[in-house]
Amino acid sequence: MSGGVPPDAGGGDRELLAGATASGATTALAVAGPVAQTGEVPARPLASWRLSLSTFAENRLAIASLLGLVLITAFSFVGPLIYKTNQVSANLLLQNQPPGAAHPLGTTTAGFDELGRLMVGGQSTIEVGLAVAVLSTAFGLVWGLVAGYVGGIADAILMRIVDALLAIPFLFFVVLLASLVRPTLWLIIIVITSVSWLSTARLVRAEALTLRTRDYVKASVGFGSRRTRILFWHITPNLLGVLIVNAGLKVADAIEIYVAMSFLGLGLAPPATDWGTLLTEGIDNFFNGYWWQLWPAGFLIVAVVLAISVLGDGLRDVTEGRLQRRLRSRTRFRGDRFES
Amino acid sequence: MTAYVIRRCLQAVVVTFIVSVIVFGLLHALPGGLVRAQIGPRASQYEVHGLEVQEGLLKPLPVQYGIWALHALQGNLGFSYKYNQTVGSLLAEFLPRTLLLVGSSILLALAMAIPMGLWQGKRRNRIDDHSLTTVTMIFYAMPDFLIGVLLILVLSLQIHAFPSTAANYGVSFQSDAADLVLPVLALTLGNVAYFSRYMRSATIDSLLEDYVRTAYAKGASPTRALVRHVLRNSVLSTVTLVGLAIPFILSGSLVIEALFDFPGVGLLFWNASQTRDYPILLGVVLVVTVATIIGNLGADLAYVAIDPRVRYTT
Repeated sequence: MSGGVPPDAGGGDRELLAGATASGATTALAVAGPVAQTGEVPARPLASWRLSLSTFAENRLAIASLLGLVLITAFSFVGPLIYKTNQVSANLLLQNQPPGAAHPLGTTTAGFDELGRLMVGGQSTIEVGLAVAVLSTAFGLVWGLVAGYVGGIADAILMRIVDALLAIPFLFFVVLLASLVRPTLWLIIIVITSVSWLSTARLVRAEALTLRTRDYVKASVGFGSRRTRILFWHITPNLLGVLIVNAGLKVADAIEIYVAMSFLGLGLAPPATDWGTLLTEGIDNFFNGYWWQLWPAGFLIVAVVLAISVLGDGLRDVTEGRLQRRLRSRTRFRGDRFES
Repeated sequence: MTAYVIRRCLQAVVVTFIVSVIVFGLLHALPGGLVRAQIGPRASQYEVHGLEVQEGLLKPLPVQYGIWALHALQGNLGFSYKYNQTVGSLLAEFLPRTLLLVGSSILLALAMAIPMGLWQGKRRNRIDDHSLTTVTMIFYAMPDFLIGVLLILVLSLQIHAFPSTAANYGVSFQSDAADLVLPVLALTLGNVAYFSRYMRSATIDSLLEDYVRTAYAKGASPTRALVRHVLRNSVLSTVTLVGLAIPFILSGSLVIEALFDFPGVGLLFWNASQTRDYPILLGVVLVVTVATIIGNLGADLAYVAIDPRVRYTT
């Protein structure tokens, strides 16, 4: 697992970046001392948020994705305030009605309004996605920092645990955990987080390993800073870019796992619902001819996952690839699932 | 090299050990206990106690783990009361089918993704590159079971080419082959993007290499340069992606098997999770994980063996 696979071309970019900000170990050695003042003034570092923003703004597809995500989130959370429907009690008199004036997207088998149902389902789906991303980032960050920075035996033990959990095909692990507990929103979040934090931990550890050799870290050690101070003031801020992209992609991963869980019958119990459950119900009913129960949920899931992937791609260009962008075009693609 | 192989194998053993401890620990931390799960909530205290003694569940956990691990090493993974069979014999029946499903899906995905990625890398940022990207990304974003349903819809219900379920798998070789088509296809389409995107960027990287310029300088035609020099070099790293993709494809097969009623390990596992058949849950997770670890190990070692540029000196 720790792999001989050279990850998708990220390394080159990072070296270039390190050189540009004059923080690469060798560069800094040469610059140390008075040479730094008298020598050639290096070009102004390119790494400013303004450049990042303009790089991002160039990527029209990513902007469109961001807009789409905002719209879908608004649809799920603001929508029910405007479009009020009964999403609590089933009404069998209204079951399986085709789209019409009263119900723009028809009704479900339990007689819920499909459009309103999608909004409610969107809430739990997006909540799970976001919560998993936040939790697994936080957990993976701490785990990876400890492993990468403390090193030694702690590193070996912590990372072998990650290796072990990563080796279990995640859906098997999720089903195993979910069969032990009754599914509530929080338990679903915890179950998905338990597989989702692993790659973050690996990523953070790898980054921490390279960051700890940087001069500003060494300088801080020289000043006598405590470990926690170095970790949270010097290492973590430099991880933020990578972490944010990673967390964004985690949202999509979490939604996909959640959808699969719902399909396997491990989703929320009614009247609560989620897109995966709606999609599964839609599939069950599709062969009865109730097409309106299938396509909208399917569309929303695909749209969200697709948009997050494209957005993550764009953000990754901003955080790591900007210097080689012209050379390489956009080649990066959610490889982090495999790389880590 | 030898040292690397040995170290890598040792690592795999350690990881397997940790997995077994985690999974065993999880299942024994159950609310209600293993015995209740087997004989139901209405069994008397006396019966529960009897079975607990019989199964050795009153011993300390580490001892129980030791006994279980020793048996597992001997190939004895326990007994399923629901199926009235040993877990070992169930796995022997179900695992080969899943391996066939997953294996053919990986091969098919590579067969589709390698030419596709090569083509896309060569013609990057043109209209055909973008349209292929769009198509593969849409499949990638779809839940596996949705792809399966669409396939059933088109290939099974519209043109009646293939059966919509694989529940009768195992009847005859001919019907088995037909049964396999849709599950394999459904499992593959979602994963093509993994490989093709990687192949595309590997191709783009290779195209910038000196050896490609040299090939052109020697008078190689673009096709020859692409096939002899670019393809060979980019295929290596793409193929090693297989090792890392195994957990994802196995996870996908769990869903696909449930959708098509394909009698593989995934369906066995899912049914066991519904009926709380813990010996099966434990056995399947362990075997599937070991398969993953072996796959990863194989991919890593193959990479070192095939690519002369990679040298592990430690």
